[in-house]
This record gives sequence, C-alpha cells and structure tokens, in this order.
Amino acid sequence: MSKAADLAEDTRDGDRIIRLSGYLSISCLKDLPARLDSIEGPVRAFDLSDVEHIDTIGAWTVHRTARRLGSEIIGSNDDAERLIAAVGAVDEPVSIRPDKTPPLQRVLGQIGEAVYNSGSTLLGLLDFFGATLVASWSLIRQPSRFRVNAVVQRFEVVGVSALGIIGLMSFLIGIVIAQQGSVQLRQFGMEMLTINLVGRLTFRELGVLMTAIMVAGRSGSAFAAQLGTMKLTEEIDAMRTIGVSPMEALVMPRTLAVVVMMPLLGFYASIMSIIGGGFLCAVALEIPPITFIQRLREVVPITDLWVGLLKAPVFGVIIALAGCFQGMQVKANAEEVGTRTTAAVVQAIFLVIVLDSFFAVFFTWVGWN
Amino acid sequence: MSEEEEQRAEEQRIDEAVETADIAISVRGLRNSFGDQIIHDDLDLDVRKGEILGVVGGSGTGKSVLMRSIIGLQTPDAGEVHVFGESMVGRLDDEALAIRKRWGVLFQGGALFSTLTVAENVEVPIREYYPNIGPELRDEIAAYKIRMTGLPPEAGPKYPSELSGGMKKRAGLARALAIDPDLLFLDEPTAGLDPIGAAAFDDQTRKLQQTLGLTVFLITHDLDTLYSICDRVAVLADKRVTAVGTIPELLATDHPWIQEYFNGPRGRAATAAVERSRAQADGQGNGRR
Repeated sequence: MSKAADLAEDTRDGDRIIRLSGYLSISCLKDLPARLDSIEGPVRAFDLSDVEHIDTIGAWTVHRTARRLGSEIIGSNDDAERLIAAVGAVDEPVSIRPDKTPPLQRVLGQIGEAVYNSGSTLLGLLDFFGATLVASWSLIRQPSRFRVNAVVQRFEVVGVSALGIIGLMSFLIGIVIAQQGSVQLRQFGMEMLTINLVGRLTFRELGVLMTAIMVAGRSGSAFAAQLGTMKLTEEIDAMRTIGVSPMEALVMPRTLAVVVMMPLLGFYASIMSIIGGGFLCAVALEIPPITFIQRLREVVPITDLWVGLLKAPVFGVIIALAGCFQGMQVKANAEEVGTRTTAAVVQAIFLVIVLDSFFAVFFTWVGWN
Repeated sequence: MSEEEEQRAEEQRIDEAVETADIAISVRGLRNSFGDQIIHDDLDLDVRKGEILGVVGGSGTGKSVLMRSIIGLQTPDAGEVHVFGESMVGRLDDEALAIRKRWGVLFQGGALFSTLTVAENVEVPIREYYPNIGPELRDEIAAYKIRMTGLPPEAGPKYPSELSGGMKKRAGLARALAIDPDLLFLDEPTAGLDPIGAAAFDDQTRKLQQTLGLTVFLITHDLDTLYSICDRVAVLADKRVTAVGTIPELLATDHPWIQEYFNGPRGRAATAAVERSRAQADGQGNGRR
C-alpha cells in the first residue's frame, strides 16, 4: 500500500526533517493527522518531495503542523505549493459554534423569554379578538360586504366533512364510557346507573369537548397553515393593496363557520355517543334500547343539553381565533408555518379546557346541575 | 477479503480511474420521461476532466433532471451514465459510495440542513465519510472551507435562516467542497443573486476550480456566467444535447434556439460586456508596456 500517507524522520546536518510520502488526500490520511499532532518540536522542515498526490485537507494538515512547530515546508511540487498557499491564505480564526452562555444565565434567559412570549401571545390574541369584533361590527353595518359563499364553503370543510371522523370517535367514546362505567357500577349492583353516566357525561361535557378537540386538530391547524402560507406568498399583502380586508375576507368566514358548526357538531357527537353507549348497554348489559331511551329521558335534564350547546360556540370562537391568529403571525420562513400550526392547536385545546372548567363552576353556580 | 479491504480496494480503483480518465462524465442514450411527457430522448454528453461545462436550455428542457440522472437521484428509463468510468445507473446508494465521495453538489436553494449551523453543515460530509478525522481537525477544515468560499468568519455559527441568499449559496458550496471532490455540480448558482454578488460568485468558482483542479458541471441561465467562466457550453434542446462547444463554436451553428439565445438582446449585452472588459484589460496591458 504505497498510497497511504506516511511519515519518516530524518536528520540532516543535525536538524530534524520529517519526510512525508504517499497520498496526502482525505481518503488516504488515516492516522497521519494524529501522528503529526504527537510530534514534539523542534522540527526544521517538512519534506514533501515524496508526496504523490495532495488535496486541500492534506495541505491543511501539513500547514497546521508546520505552523505549530514553526518549521519550513520544502520539496513541494506545483500542486502542493498552490494548495498550501491557498489554505494558508484563509488561515484565520473562524467561529464554529454559537457562543455558550453560562447555564444559570441561559436558564434565566429562557424563563424570561417564555414569560414574555406567553404574555405577548395573550395580548396579541386579545388584540386579534378585538379586531375580529370590529370587523364583525362593520359587517353588521354593511351586510352587503358579507361573503356568503366563503362562509358556506367553510361550512362544508369545517362541518360536513368532519361528520365521519367525529361520529366514529364519539360512538367509540360512548362505548368506552358505558363499558368502564358498568364495570365499576356492577360492584354495587347498580348497572342501570350506566345510562345516567353516559347521558349526562356526553351531553354536558364530553360531546362538545371532544368535538372541540377534533375541530381544533382538523380546522384550527388548517386555518393556521392556510393563512401562514398565504402570508409567506404575500397573498395577504396583495389583498390589502387591492383594498380587501383580510379580516373580512379570511378571518370572519372561518370564525363564523366554526362558531355555527360547533354546536351542530357537538350535538351530533353527543347523539353518536349516546348511540354508542346504548349499543354497549344492549349488547353487554342486556338493557333493551327502549328501556335505555326511557331511562335517558327520566335522568338527563334538558339543562344538560343547554350546557353543552351554550359552550360549543364559545369553544368555536377560541379555535378559529387561535388558528387565524397564529397563521397571521407567520413572517419569515416555511419552518414558521409548522411551529405556528402546532401552536394554534395547542393553544386552542388548552384554552378550551381552561374555559370548560370555568363553565363547569359557572353552571353549577346558576344551579344547572 | 474482509469488507473493509474490499472497500479500500474499491477506493483505490476509483482513485486510479479519477487520475487516468480524460472524461469525467459520459452520458449515452439517456432517456427520461414523466408520464407521457418525454424529457430526454437519446441524449449524449461528455464532460472532460478539468473543464467547466455550462449547461443551458429553455425552462423545462430538463437541465436539472439531467443533473439528477447523473448523480443518481433520478433513475432514467434507458441509457448509460458513467462517472469516471463507473456506471451510475441502477446502483444503490451504498454501492456507488466510493464514487459519491468524489463529487459535491450545490442545489438551487443551497439545500442546507436547516437545523444545523453553517459550520455543522460543512462538517456533515466529513463526519459521514471520514470518521477518522478528529473533531479538532474537522472544525479547522470547516473553518478554512468557509473562508475559501468567501464567507465571513462570523458566518460559521449562524443558522441557514439567518443567511442572505448569496451567503446560503456560498455555504452550500462550502459543504459541496467539504471533502475535496474532483467533480462539482452547480445548479443555477447565480440565480437570485444581484449582479455584483453573481460576478463575485463566478469569480470564486473559477478560482476554486483552478486551485483545486475541479471538473465543474454548471447549470445556468446566466449569460454572464457562461461568457466569463465556462470552458465549453452544452445546449439542451429538442430533448437532447443539440450542440456542445465554446461560445464562438456555438455561434457558428444555425440552430434557431442557440441563435436566439446568444443573439437576443441579453446575449448581445453579455457579449458586449465581455468585449469591453477584454479591451480594458488589453488597454491596461498596453499602458504598462
């Protein structure tokens, strides 16, 4: 293997000379850099006359060692001379890694940044909510500017095409509640109470809540991605220059669509859950459907339905606002569309659950329990 | 023979091929199509070792597809592609590894890894192909590559999103050159750069090509690039390479597209600019004498 880079020591007139040989290229260097590093000075010169081939990495390796030991480079052919000159010309400190801040400072900085970010997001969201209110007020005063087609189109995307997945999900959740509930209640011999559990839980809480989570995942994320991409391709700027308000043309139809669709989807989800629960009761507990329905009418007060339906549009507003707000915040690059979309879904679900707990307290307080 | 020895033997064979070959890339009878649309049909092309070959052609004539076929990102329907005598068609990624180490590619947008800094981007090929290079030397190599491509020293720790278009291209070039390839593919390197930046990039390419003895396959729309740095130009039209040669040779052909390309208003402007700068250089030379 004559090609592998190698080195040999030589003494000439009492001076140490390192003779390099073979191929000084990245693929043949092998352990040569390490061996060169272990050489302790003083070395008079590096002799390259036996080098058959050299590339910039070989040239750099020789150059850095010669610089470290303060030695000369002799016997280089044209190639070697050119390459060593080329790498020598750009031999200056280059920062490779970002400067490291001390850990304490970094943690404090991150906490501060997180607090600032959440504060400014909350303010921004409020600001956006205000802008939406202003836009809706101007639409109420000038109903002719209302974009019926855009809204109806959103109805389909947000509502109709979600029917399948939301129906299936709710049906399965109904089954799960009934199954888990019946296992616990059987211990007291009160399996009939499974119907109370399914009925009240779905109408009051789970029907709307699960719908909200699904809509946030389906539509909230889509809004953020759509508006974010439009922001990137300067579509939204183009709209403004033509005198179309993005608030009216993009945000209002989407918000309205979600607000209208949420109660409908929530009601539909509750019914599907009830059917799922009823199905399990019929199959596993041998409660006939007629009994199930009769019992349901006795134990589920109508206020439970109102609780669910009143919450739904509020959740809708939150989902639409979070989606559109995050979409409109996109500024720089395609990567941001991804992070903003994630943020939209996380914020929407978080706010929906926070608000849901407030609603729970509120409705108990007004006596709807 | 152990796997490592086999690999070493393979690399030596390639080493020899790279040294002895006169033709760096040879494409024969290449055919590419997408659905019904035929992009290339019976396309032949040779790239000589040590030259800068400019590839031009109208939009949609498959310049990038040709490059992708050569570097194995696109499997052609038919035809042969040889790089330094090695067949590239239908070979798996890890089979042609030894030859893959011999080229660097600069994609149109730079294609830098967005989660890594510029320096880390340059280090990726070194780390991947030559794990025997220690971290300290690797950092130094990245540093001089960054400076060689004309990036400022403070660009190293920056992320691609913090760079301007021109700097992204230079960082992409630094990554393409990381392991000292013999063959460099550039896909529209000056697209989207201002004229000053584009001229500087051309200059840098030429300088690096001369210093490192590179063979460059350069796709471009930029007439100035063609005039200033390309040794030969290949014209893609009618689904094949209709003509290859120096610009005067191409001008002598009577292919309508070539005539329109070089003799259109932009073509004439570029010619005039080159003649002006030559005259200026001559003038200075005379003055000194």
